[in-house]
Amino acid sequence: MSSIIGRNLLAGAEADPAGDAGHGADHPERVGFFTDTSVCIGCKACEVACKEWNAVPEDGLELTGMSYDNTQGLGADTWRHVAFIEQDKPLGHAVTGVDPGGVDHSGVDVFALAAGTTAPAPPREQAEVPTPDGRTELRWLMASDVCKHCTHAACLDVCPTGALFRTEFGTVVVQEDICNGCGYCVPACPYGVIDQRKEDGRVFKCTLCYDRLGEGMEPACAKACPTDSIQFGPLDELRERAAARLGQLHDAGVADAQLYGESPQDGVGGDGAFFLLLDRPEVYGLPPDPVVTTRDLPSMWRHAGAAAATLLGGLAAVFALHRDYRKAR
Amino acid sequence: MMSGSGVDRDGVYGERPGREAVVGGEQSVSDRPPSGTPSERGPGRRRGRRGRRGERLMVPEAEFTSYYGRPVINAPTWSARDIAGYFFLGGLAGAGSVLAAGAELTGRKAMARALKVSSLAAISGSGALLVHDLGRPARFANMLRVFRPTSPMNMGSWLLTAYAPTAGAAAVLEAAGRLPRIGRAATGGAALLGPAVAAYTAVLIGDTAVPAWHDGHRELPFVFTGSAAVAAAGMALIASPVAENGPAVGAAVFGTALESAASRIMERRLGFVGEPYQQGKSGRLKRAAQGLSAAGTAGALLWGRRNRIAAALSGAALLAASACTRFGVFQAGVASAEDPKYTVVPQRERLRKQAAGDA
Ligand code: SF4
Ligand code: SF4
Repeated sequence: MSSIIGRNLLAGAEADPAGDAGHGADHPERVGFFTDTSVCIGCKACEVACKEWNAVPEDGLELTGMSYDNTQGLGADTWRHVAFIEQDKPLGHAVTGVDPGGVDHSGVDVFALAAGTTAPAPPREQAEVPTPDGRTELRWLMASDVCKHCTHAACLDVCPTGALFRTEFGTVVVQEDICNGCGYCVPACPYGVIDQRKEDGRVFKCTLCYDRLGEGMEPACAKACPTDSIQFGPLDELRERAAARLGQLHDAGVADAQLYGESPQDGVGGDGAFFLLLDRPEVYGLPPDPVVTTRDLPSMWRHAGAAAATLLGGLAAVFALHRDYRKAR
Repeated sequence: MMSGSGVDRDGVYGERPGREAVVGGEQSVSDRPPSGTPSERGPGRRRGRRGRRGERLMVPEAEFTSYYGRPVINAPTWSARDIAGYFFLGGLAGAGSVLAAGAELTGRKAMARALKVSSLAAISGSGALLVHDLGRPARFANMLRVFRPTSPMNMGSWLLTAYAPTAGAAAVLEAAGRLPRIGRAATGGAALLGPAVAAYTAVLIGDTAVPAWHDGHRELPFVFTGSAAVAAAGMALIASPVAENGPAVGAAVFGTALESAASRIMERRLGFVGEPYQQGKSGRLKRAAQGLSAAGTAGALLWGRRNRIAAALSGAALLAASACTRFGVFQAGVASAEDPKYTVVPQRERLRKQAAGDA
């Protein structure tokens, strides 16, 4: 396989995916997202902005009981998804949950208050403290997930029609007028991003606002994000900024902070959209060590070739054992 | 727009300062121990959701964390009937072409003719199932507008484009009794392409993020070609006179042995990720396939060359066995995609080993 392509473009670090996809030397810099989940406030402005700008259809209103997450996950009709995780664990040095020294409002009768019939209840002597050292260890993680625009995008590699392609910005986009709905990209994506729209048959995912990029505008989600949790820019610059931000949080004692998908050495050659997380990736529903499936494609074809040869050879041997048919007749 | 920032060719401007908020930092409250020291970071620091801090993971993770138990990857959208059926019929056609050529070379006329016809029918049926499963069937030809070596489905459609007319020519010329030389060439060509048709579908499913399929990519092609031989042997036993059944019985034994050996090796190598092959719906299908192929092979060995009806019944059992194998493999893949543990645990384990190797 690698000999067909000339060099191995199936896995490993790759400095210029757009150039390797055939875009001329004057193609723009590779761009992407750095999603810093430590400042995400879970407002879902990104989800809304994405749906609005890209005219993504409504896909049902369900109450899931998964904290404030009723969107559930990325899919054909959800290109940004905000995850909510409730944990009984402190976030660095932050005060979380009930502060025993503060004011407890649990005894306040808000209806009476609204009617103006009673004065606010006085603060109780001591708030209830569930943990031995006097703290309620609750933290709420929020993270806005998106297509990773992988350096080695399995969805793109396996697409039999070329509907998925690498743009001049190094991003991965589906051409809706070419997709034949074969659905091969769906189980190929190691992150569970791209999916099929049932009524339509074709697949849909984040385009990193290809149309906006062409006009020199940043993607709608990054534009709408009120805390700059979603940062858009040239990938190299984002990686530098992310490294600095990680250092800042580690220095401040937030030891859980970790970057996810920023390393060009990882199994997909690095993500075009990478993250700063405050816990392990699987906590957010992300695979801890994704590998582009096509990395093993040469090995798959080798084994298939051997299996085909075994079939041919085995059946030939069977006939060799039964050659005497004409004579017997 | 809410954000005052923007972007132009020179990069992003007007970023807001809030992005630097030191969430959880010392500034928030100072009399608090940090939630771990940087040296404790890294894989395996916490176990499960109620993690014990500061503890290094020494044994493979018994518990694992997921996001509300939701799958990490998206399961295939393919319908089992269409795609597993496509694999079954493709195998039947491909291995059938090999048997047809062998039968022709050894003068087994009825067997050759029957298998040529069945290969043409099977490959037409498999093509129909494939097209039916496309979300936009009218766009089938889009696969033939490009040549993409990285896409097994694209390579497969080119393979079918070469194989189907060849197998068709072999069958039609045989039936018409005309152009014998071209007919022989077509028969030989189909016999050479047939094994590739039977094997490539294993690459098709191996080249996905589905754990039970991807991780089984070394053995699955052998499972598939073995299963293809079983199916073609079954068809031969059904459609040929008993006098010509010698090679079909041999093919049944060969196919069953290859398929069951490859499955066993695969399941042993996969361990945890191979579980779905033994459990649930896929496990039941697999056991049905084992029973049917054992019965079919035994029947073929005992009566295949003597009793027409017993031979046909054995053949039917072998065909059913092959179909069960393909549906079982398909369901195992779906089950492994739907449960996040098959994605998370092996990846976590890989990271742990890497970390151990680096240390
Ligand atoms: S995250 Fe999935 S859909 Fe996005 S580029 Fe990577 S493989 Fe494709
Ligand atoms: S569903 Fe469309 S985009 Fe996905 S692999 Fe098939 S043709 Fe390509």
